[in-house]
Amino acid sequence: MTPLAGYLLVAALLFAIGLGGALIRRNAILVLIGIELMLNAANLNLIAFWRYGPHPEALTGMMFAIFSIAVAAAEAAVGLGLIISIYRHAQTTDLDRINRMKG
Amino acid sequence: MSIPFFVISALTVAGGLAAMTLKNTVHCALALSVAFAGIALLFLSLDAQFAGFAQILIYIGAVAILVVFAILLTRGSETPTDGVHSGTWLVGLAIAAAVFAVLGWAVLASAPGLHDEAAAPVVTVRDIGNALMGRYVLPLEIVALLLTAATIGAVIVAMHEKARTK
Repeated sequence: MTPLAGYLLVAALLFAIGLGGALIRRNAILVLIGIELMLNAANLNLIAFWRYGPHPEALTGMMFAIFSIAVAAAEAAVGLGLIISIYRHAQTTDLDRINRMKG
Repeated sequence: MSIPFFVISALTVAGGLAAMTLKNTVHCALALSVAFAGIALLFLSLDAQFAGFAQILIYIGAVAILVVFAILLTRGSETPTDGVHSGTWLVGLAIAAAVFAVLGWAVLASAPGLHDEAAAPVVTVRDIGNALMGRYVLPLEIVALLLTAATIGAVIVAMHEKARTK
């Protein structure tokens, strides 16, 4: 197995773990953690393809990963703000109990 | 494929698994920072120093701390008595396993055709800065705008109702 395939497999495993956590857990914060894990797995793919691709000096994969990290940070800030707001409203972060869209 | 790669990936995957399976939410956040550190080490082993240190600064330094704050602000650290999994956990597990099976099959099936350039690319922070200020200056400005909007939006969304009506 080549090194690139190894990194891609690790990224796929991390993605599956994040997806499983986001689908299984009931706490909204842990669902967000699962989404962060999935984003990190995607970044690992980008960096691995950049490192083993034909033109690493063009920096495209690296730039993709850096911008993706910045967007993920913004997403985490907004997501956690939303969760705190929902908690203040519904007094819970249990996703099975947040089942109304009307006030 | 070397021993450090296996050690780091085992650490990363163990951190991710712990972050998604532990019962106590604070323990999950701590395991999450282990997974983030493992991914930063994987970046460093891929000769992407800048991305690795950016990962440590942003994810371990900012996102993990933010998650801990959110957990403490929402009393999420208390383990619920009726289990931590949703009612449809079996379906979620099946979907995650199916996704991993498809991704793993795709990687293994295309492995012989993948490029494997051996020479490590020499990329300095100066090159990255030049690229950010030259070819990628428009995306950089858009990300700056996005981060500003997201910060203001997060503060407004999380603001107290009473403070907002004042």
